[in-house]
Amino acid sequence: MSLLRAEHVHKTYGSLEVLHDISLTVEKGEVVCLLGPSGSGKSTFLRCINHLERIDAGRIHVDGKLVGYEERNGRLHELKEAAISAGRRQTGMVFQSFNLFPHLTAAENIMLGPRRVLGVNAATAAAEAEALLERVGLKGRGPSYPRQLSGGQQQRVAIARALAMKPKLMLFDEPTSALDPQLVSEVLGVMRELADTGMTMIVVTHEMAFARDVADRVVVLAGGRIIEQGAPRTVLDTPSDPRTAAFLGKSI
Amino acid sequence: MSPGAAGHGQDEGSGTPLPSIPLLPVEAVPARYPGRWASAIVCLVLVALLARAFVESPHIQWPAVAEYLTAEAVLNGLWLTIVLTFAAQAIGIVGGIILATMTISPNPVLKSVAGAYIWLFRGTPALIQIIFWFNIGLIFPDIFLGIPWTDIGIKVETNVVITPLIAAVIALGLNEAAYMSEIVRAGIISIDRGQSEAAAAIGLTHGQSMRYVILPQAVRTIIPPTGNELIGMLKNTSLVSVISAQELLTSVQQIYAMNFLTIELLIVASIWYLVMTTFATVAQGYLERFFDRGARRPARAGIAPLLRALFGRAGRRMGGGAHQ
Repeated sequence: MSLLRAEHVHKTYGSLEVLHDISLTVEKGEVVCLLGPSGSGKSTFLRCINHLERIDAGRIHVDGKLVGYEERNGRLHELKEAAISAGRRQTGMVFQSFNLFPHLTAAENIMLGPRRVLGVNAATAAAEAEALLERVGLKGRGPSYPRQLSGGQQQRVAIARALAMKPKLMLFDEPTSALDPQLVSEVLGVMRELADTGMTMIVVTHEMAFARDVADRVVVLAGGRIIEQGAPRTVLDTPSDPRTAAFLGKSI
Repeated sequence: MSPGAAGHGQDEGSGTPLPSIPLLPVEAVPARYPGRWASAIVCLVLVALLARAFVESPHIQWPAVAEYLTAEAVLNGLWLTIVLTFAAQAIGIVGGIILATMTISPNPVLKSVAGAYIWLFRGTPALIQIIFWFNIGLIFPDIFLGIPWTDIGIKVETNVVITPLIAAVIALGLNEAAYMSEIVRAGIISIDRGQSEAAAAIGLTHGQSMRYVILPQAVRTIIPPTGNELIGMLKNTSLVSVISAQELLTSVQQIYAMNFLTIELLIVASIWYLVMTTFATVAQGYLERFFDRGARRPARAGIAPLLRALFGRAGRRMGGGAHQ
């Protein structure tokens, strides 16, 4: 069964249509990169997958479960807050601006979800946090506050924080766009290793080299529609849609 | 590269050897500002004259000030002022958090009820609210504690329960809640939306996100104005002297009503209010520093930085470079 199944998703902000008939399935273990110019709806679509944004039409299923709603007796019912929160445990999200909690140390950032949502005891959570920090190359940085870390280190803590919830699907919303160029590779390296472990990932990115090397499939959006998708080499080297070509020409 | 940095050029191995350029220290004569000195002297002379007028006035009995400063009735009033301040401020903070949560809640009824509360309690004078609560017995002569619409329970006379002190705590506390709610609300909405999104993304509910992510950060912006509110409350407690709540001002009023040392006793009260507000200011600084963990802002607290801020800068400005 597909881990993500989005069917005919539409979303508008007032009179502006930001997503138009988006249908996308992502299989378990697949790495999909969403490409496209700014304002094409990539980030909005990503945020709809864990219900940070509501959709106006269509259905999104994660791991076979409808996101944000429940179908009973042929009618759609809004899920209660607790159920929405429970659903979000399945998906980890990494933001462009890291969004680490500045009043908590790196380790505490990672432990917060396991402690408060999963009910893991403090000692276990701390041990897991330490292991995750080591996994993202930040062994021993647990006691540091976010402001004491570089942008690349903060983003790696954010990845560890998302992984601490043991998600089935990881969403990355332009994870390297706010980083200095020399810090980008350390974050992409962690993501590459994560992909190698078989994690299912959907990555909104402008890093074409990453898409080419790591993605199983790239999906190109423009104007809120999917205009092209396929194997990275095919799409990136021989785009069939002129808008893809124009976008690649600009961003390479 | 500036000449002053040439000395460091070699240590850091910047690659450009500049040994031949001599160090050129800036030994400039500080700019003089005679106008600043003149205005400072005029100001000090005026202050000194005013102080002398008070100290040497034959109509102020300074020994009486010293005597009444530690009189038992005054100290009792002082204690009650402190109790009243903390009790009312505690009600204000708890009430303020509840009201702030209501104003940002998605429930329109809660939102408008909170709005109406704030409108009412901020829009009427605190003095009227105090007198109103003291006279609440005129509207509700009895208070019934028990099961509604039955006789099971106890019935007490309102005027027995609502003593001047209770009326004062209720009035000041409820009034303060309206102001605190705005402070708490401002603190909550000052936190970046990304924080609540990140909290939601790891599966925290709205309540958990408030408790573990938003409020701990909001506290940093809430503490300084809350300290100001507490200092204001210390002084506002004097309003309840109209209902004779036996706090500091009432105590000194009762003394000078008998011995007519009005000014002396008002000075006594003022000295104690100043002592309390000074303590509160210092404590506020320490609290701010405590909640600054993880934040970039440099800590400042205590009386020493305060004095430095007041006099250090003035001295530096007037001395024109004497301190560097």
